[in-house]
Amino acid sequence: MTTASTPADVARAEKARATDGAPRTGSSLGYLRHAAGKLGGALVSLFAVLVTSFFLFRIIPGDPVKAMTHGVPTSAEQLATLRRQFGLDLPLWQQFTDYCAKALSGDLGTSFQFRAPVGDLIAEKLPATLLLTGVAVVIYSALGLWLGTRSAWRHGGLGDKLNTGLALTLWSVPSFWLGLLLIIVFSVGMGPVPGLFPTGGMESGTGETGFAYVLDVAHHLVLPVVTLVAVGYAQTLLVMRSSLLDEMGGDYLTTARAKGLRDDAVRRRHAVPNALLPTVTMIFINLGHVAAGSILVETVFSWPGLGGLFYQALSVPDLPLVQGLFVVFAGAMILMNLIADLLYPLLDPRVGR
Amino acid sequence: MVMVTKAPPRPAPVAHRALRLLLASGVTAVSLVAAPGTAAAEDDKSAAPKTLTVAVSQSIDSLSPFLAQKLTSTSIHRLAYEYLTNYDAKDARPIPGLATAWTPSPDKLTWTYTIREDSTWSDGKQATAEDAAWTFNKMMTDPNAATANGSFTANFAKVTAPDPRTLVIRLKKPQATMAALDVPIVPKHVWEKVGDFSKFNNDKQFPIVGNGPFVITDYKVDQYIKLKPNKTFWRGAPKFDELVFKYYKDGDAAVAALQKGEVSFVPNLTPAQADALKTQKNIKVNDAPGRRFYALATNPGAKAQDGKTFGNGHKALLDPAVRKALFLAVDRTALVDKVFQGHAVEGEGYIPPRFGSYFWKPADGQKRAYDPAGAQKVLDAAGYRKNAEGKRVGKDGKPLDFRILCHATDPNDKAVGKYLTEWWGKLGIGLKVECLDSVSDPWVKGDYDLAFDGWSVNPDPDYVLSIHTCGTLPATPKDTGATDNFICDKEFDGLYAQQAVEYDAAKRADLVKRMQSRLYDTGYMNVMAYPNALEAYRTDQIASITTMPEAAGNLWGQDGYWSWWSAAPTASAAGEKESSSSAGLWLVVGPAAVVLLGVGLWAARRRRSTADDRE
Repeated sequence: MTTASTPADVARAEKARATDGAPRTGSSLGYLRHAAGKLGGALVSLFAVLVTSFFLFRIIPGDPVKAMTHGVPTSAEQLATLRRQFGLDLPLWQQFTDYCAKALSGDLGTSFQFRAPVGDLIAEKLPATLLLTGVAVVIYSALGLWLGTRSAWRHGGLGDKLNTGLALTLWSVPSFWLGLLLIIVFSVGMGPVPGLFPTGGMESGTGETGFAYVLDVAHHLVLPVVTLVAVGYAQTLLVMRSSLLDEMGGDYLTTARAKGLRDDAVRRRHAVPNALLPTVTMIFINLGHVAAGSILVETVFSWPGLGGLFYQALSVPDLPLVQGLFVVFAGAMILMNLIADLLYPLLDPRVGR
Repeated sequence: MVMVTKAPPRPAPVAHRALRLLLASGVTAVSLVAAPGTAAAEDDKSAAPKTLTVAVSQSIDSLSPFLAQKLTSTSIHRLAYEYLTNYDAKDARPIPGLATAWTPSPDKLTWTYTIREDSTWSDGKQATAEDAAWTFNKMMTDPNAATANGSFTANFAKVTAPDPRTLVIRLKKPQATMAALDVPIVPKHVWEKVGDFSKFNNDKQFPIVGNGPFVITDYKVDQYIKLKPNKTFWRGAPKFDELVFKYYKDGDAAVAALQKGEVSFVPNLTPAQADALKTQKNIKVNDAPGRRFYALATNPGAKAQDGKTFGNGHKALLDPAVRKALFLAVDRTALVDKVFQGHAVEGEGYIPPRFGSYFWKPADGQKRAYDPAGAQKVLDAAGYRKNAEGKRVGKDGKPLDFRILCHATDPNDKAVGKYLTEWWGKLGIGLKVECLDSVSDPWVKGDYDLAFDGWSVNPDPDYVLSIHTCGTLPATPKDTGATDNFICDKEFDGLYAQQAVEYDAAKRADLVKRMQSRLYDTGYMNVMAYPNALEAYRTDQIASITTMPEAAGNLWGQDGYWSWWSAAPTASAAGEKESSSSAGLWLVVGPAAVVLLGVGLWAARRRRSTADDRE
């Protein structure tokens, strides 16, 4: 037998190499194209947010100057001075161009009511919000994933019913009400339960430093995080449960079992990764919300975060501050969506091809 | 070779399951373990500094006295800086502050103040007339420095300090409010270094130099403001070792903190909260006459100073008979009982009764007492007949249907709105209650018929009276004026001008009463109630405290610094020592959590490795 290859063989091999190679170069190129597209989209969205935030909040009824001076002896001259300080005496187009010029150089303006740069006000409160909502999102995402997987794997069982039932019940509970309940039971103390946690705030303010300070903040963090987790984990649980249920009929799971893998391993290594995609989307949406914080929980626990700041800004309306917060909130959302978009192809090669 | 059979799920051992349950139930369970730690750490109460903690909810807008307008900020400035005068806790009459005496010149245009010798700034320097002159001059020359208190210096021509003990203010025209200049006097040697007054918030360097009963020593936005007593304060140092304003953004959480003892005082209670606290041990509820009035404002036809009218107020309300009938049908006693649940006083004149020297109430013949039958008669007599459906018909032939502007954030407005709808419905008059988050838009445009209105009244009534004068109407319909309700009445204005230059206290009070009488008769501002101030404090932390007025009055938002300056701690008052208890708690919780976490991780790893081995 000769080893000389026939033209047909060569052609087949060429084709094989071509089909072999194509997905590889195609996928990295495709990924880059996917990434560039998403990045471009994100930048356009961010710019649109920047522009719309200016006009969006001018629709809110109410005169900031009048609202701020209500109940305070104020002369007509003072009202005029305030208008001039805030730039509200300028025509709208000029206010808009001023805003755009400043925003593009990273200056979000000066808050009407706090007389401080909006950037500084946000930077001051952002860490508190990131800490509270960040910790909560991480915990409830993990908890939801774990319980969702369990529920789906043994769906219909008592554990599933209890889990889903409890999660749904807690999900329907108003967060401020649950927070208040936790304060009454675990802060003030009720019956045999002693008042273990502080009633509000982020620190005792008694001059702790270093590790003692970290513990103090953690101590204040417990109840608000428990509230957010209790109210929030159902989302992740339900999404994870339903997407895992969709995967459970898959032939590849039968194959995996046929290979003799233990049930735990089938679930962990084969089913869960395939069911993760919708859950990842949900987690990143939640992470996008982290910056916006939770107005209700922040209020009940007097947590000095951005949620409360947004509420105060809206009630005036403190235009530069609401605009700035809107840009930050929307920006965080856009960023998280972008990261999710960039992660999809890595989690599931079918995306972005 | 791999086994092909499916491995059955391994039942977790009972202990293992319990451990996981404990982990899942999280920190709450962990902290229960630590309960003994809390009790152990609470023994050194007597040695601890005595702290008076006040729950507040309103954010500080600025710690600069030149910018601050919110009540929390101005209340704190009252504690940190002396003003020229103060108000007596008994009857709110002006008494010495930084100035010990003040006299007008015969031509009424020059006021001379004697500045006290025993007031020093907290950095040790003497407070002088030069500081006061500099403060006023700064406000007169720099519009940014006039942002908050410019109305006080608008009529000043010249302010000088011929010597450290003498301050001379020359006026453009006479002004009767010269003993009520609520302007914090700042130390010149500190403030002359400030550049842009519109951006300086006075919140970077602590302690803040002042000469009031307290010194601001620390501030964390929306967390706390801390003050220490000024040991050299001329009236005597405050008795608590520290005064802390702590933020509670939610009223119910603040009440919980009071019950626990984390705060000593909570203001602005709802009737339900007050009733719940009344029965509690060691808590005193202060149900005090308030400084607010709650009124029914009627649009008199919005008008600007250029004579142009605007807005869409109902024409029928310009008829005094309609206004009279509407108010005759308002049962004020029922509103106090049902809406305010007894925590209010029935409204009469414009200024609340606690300001005794200015309080006025209508004489019997003048009073529009509750009289629904009389209201029907007034309308009948004025020619507002009922149509076939029983609705009153206006002069234009259309049924009378009014709108009332209500604050969506105020539950009282909504509740009163329901009663008004019912009562006026019986008269044959329709009412639509329009509740908005921000009423200022339709209000300044004059787009309303009636509105719920209310103001806090100061010891000097000049300002709350001024907002009903023609001079405060907007310049043109496009502008915003300081006017409250577009009232412009020549007789009222004449009396206002007289009282503004009347230096004799008794004569001025008489003029102020005549103004209220005139306001009452025109029927555009009908005061329904004076809501009480509801507040509560812990009697195991505060032994005694001065209210204002002293006989029965409020503690939060006083016109002077009496409450916090006078508050005396109880022998055991150290509050709930949150810090030490938390430290004790965490000494136990920390290691417990670490151990539990370690065990949990170990268990998880063990499970995983067994599973992998079995594959």
